[in-house]
Amino acid sequence: MSRFYGTKYKTMDRHVLLRDVDVPDIREYDVYVANGGYAAWKKALTTMTPDEVINVVKDSGLRGRGGAGFPAGMKWSFIPKDIFPKYVVVNGDESEAGTFKDHQIIDGNPHQLIEGVALCAYAVQANTSYIYLRGEFYEPAQTLQRAIDEAYAHGMLGKNVLGSGFDLDVHIHLGAGAYICGEETALLSSLEGQLGQPRLRPPFPAVQGLYAKPTVINNVETLANVPPIVMHGAQWYRQYGTEKSPGTKVFCVSGRVNKPGNYELPLGKYTIRELIEMAGGTIDGRPVKGVLPAGSSAPILPAPLLDTKLDYESIQAAGSILGSASFVILDDTVDIVWAARKMVRFFKHESCGKCTPCREGTYWALKLYDKILSGHGTLADVDMIGEVAGQMAGKCFCLLGEFATSPMQSTLKHFRAEYEAFIANHQGGTMNGYADELIREGVIAGPEGVIAHH
Amino acid sequence: MLKEKRAADIEKVLAKYPPERKRSAVMPLLYIAQEEYGYCSDEAIREVAEIIGCDPTEVKSIVGFYTMFYEQPVGKYVIDVCDDLPCALRGAGQFVTYCEKKLGIRAGQTTPDGKFTLNTVMCIAACDRAPVAQVNREYRYDLTEASFDRMLDELSRS
Repeated sequence: MSRFYGTKYKTMDRHVLLRDVDVPDIREYDVYVANGGYAAWKKALTTMTPDEVINVVKDSGLRGRGGAGFPAGMKWSFIPKDIFPKYVVVNGDESEAGTFKDHQIIDGNPHQLIEGVALCAYAVQANTSYIYLRGEFYEPAQTLQRAIDEAYAHGMLGKNVLGSGFDLDVHIHLGAGAYICGEETALLSSLEGQLGQPRLRPPFPAVQGLYAKPTVINNVETLANVPPIVMHGAQWYRQYGTEKSPGTKVFCVSGRVNKPGNYELPLGKYTIRELIEMAGGTIDGRPVKGVLPAGSSAPILPAPLLDTKLDYESIQAAGSILGSASFVILDDTVDIVWAARKMVRFFKHESCGKCTPCREGTYWALKLYDKILSGHGTLADVDMIGEVAGQMAGKCFCLLGEFATSPMQSTLKHFRAEYEAFIANHQGGTMNGYADELIREGVIAGPEGVIAHH
Repeated sequence: MLKEKRAADIEKVLAKYPPERKRSAVMPLLYIAQEEYGYCSDEAIREVAEIIGCDPTEVKSIVGFYTMFYEQPVGKYVIDVCDDLPCALRGAGQFVTYCEKKLGIRAGQTTPDGKFTLNTVMCIAACDRAPVAQVNREYRYDLTEASFDRMLDELSRS
């Protein structure tokens, strides 16, 4: 059996999602049931119509937790009623740099996810669900499969669930290492056995999704919210969060802090500064230089914006996105040019190659960063990075390419002086501590020459 | 032959998808093939293609698209160390350099005895436990130089 994942920081009297913090063995079926588990599923099947389930989720204001923040209940209501079969596909591809919340939910509280999947399937009358997990979740997938098997054994899944006449099968599908598969249409292509590349919309997955049938795609965390909403109602849920961002959210905190980990908090209650304090403050108490609110995809927020509240609207008003709420904290020891190159390299590696602006843009942008980092950059290269990002923005087939411009444009906007200083201080092949990394990545020659990479 | 050796597993995988959508099984079947052959050899690709009823070239393109399917033989233990930004902020870069020195290879290479392949990988969703790696897809959290040494000793003995 796999080792279980998850940091256990108590941030609420009773967690809504990270219930493994309160009840360590809640991953076990009996413990989950003893703590109110599957009661929402029984309640829905015995006392609610599918539309009533959709309506309570709509009224709760639950927004998609994968990144886009689209209202979940509304998404479900787009599913046509007269076309069969329908599918529920769970996005557990969790690949945004700095994101590790679904990992903890799957490993620590898998039955709540399964119950959420079941409620969603009942609401849209789908009889099959696929939980798509990134290939690296090989161990969490075993935990989840064991939980699914338990749910079948207790009659919570399978044929004629609890005598309701409703059938539901839930399957796990493992990816194999491709960030792009977190994009919902790329995920569907991957699940169909095609290359994991995004599809043109419309048609939207709600109308023509998996196998061209109506399909709901929700993130793991989104669906984990559903059982408590169905059990306790929309008003109960709205005691947490703000009017436009109701509920709690798991915030992943990583980077230069003392206590990195998952922190479940009501949306809009705290500021970024308070989140960093909860995470034990910065290492050695260094000043914060900037924060990435949603991993590499989010424009960096510089230190003066640390008092921004943690909800979708506030972060957007500050010039970034809350997305998956993966807060990567950079302190004043971090070289912004190096950090930006790391992120650009990520997108260049993960670009699926389908559209030219993303494929070529990330390629050439990385070339420019390589030149600067290896001590051969000029100020013209800095302008060129801005130009490449400008040529990509708004022209890519999917959001991956758009996100790739975030580290470039936002660091240029807030930290241009650092680029200029970096170039002035690193001339003629001076690289300070970056040589090992650049040799490893085949950018500069090591003792054995330049390493070839495919 | 995969079809005989892993018949039960293959049947289980195919049962997950509609009978006319066998192609959905390509990734789980490639994992099975990789377990048997060590990597996605041309033979393995042909067998998977036959099971799902498509052209081997199409299966090959899937193998090439994803990072976790190996096109070449790899070491008995594949060590994937994350050196993406969040991990790098917690010392993953220096840690990878240590792994390279310890194993006497660069990231992306396999030791001459065929025991270890060392890779750097993009974010593996455990940034709070950095430096973090996966050894044959099993997580190893909170790594240090000392725990890496111990891990290598353990694996070398097995």
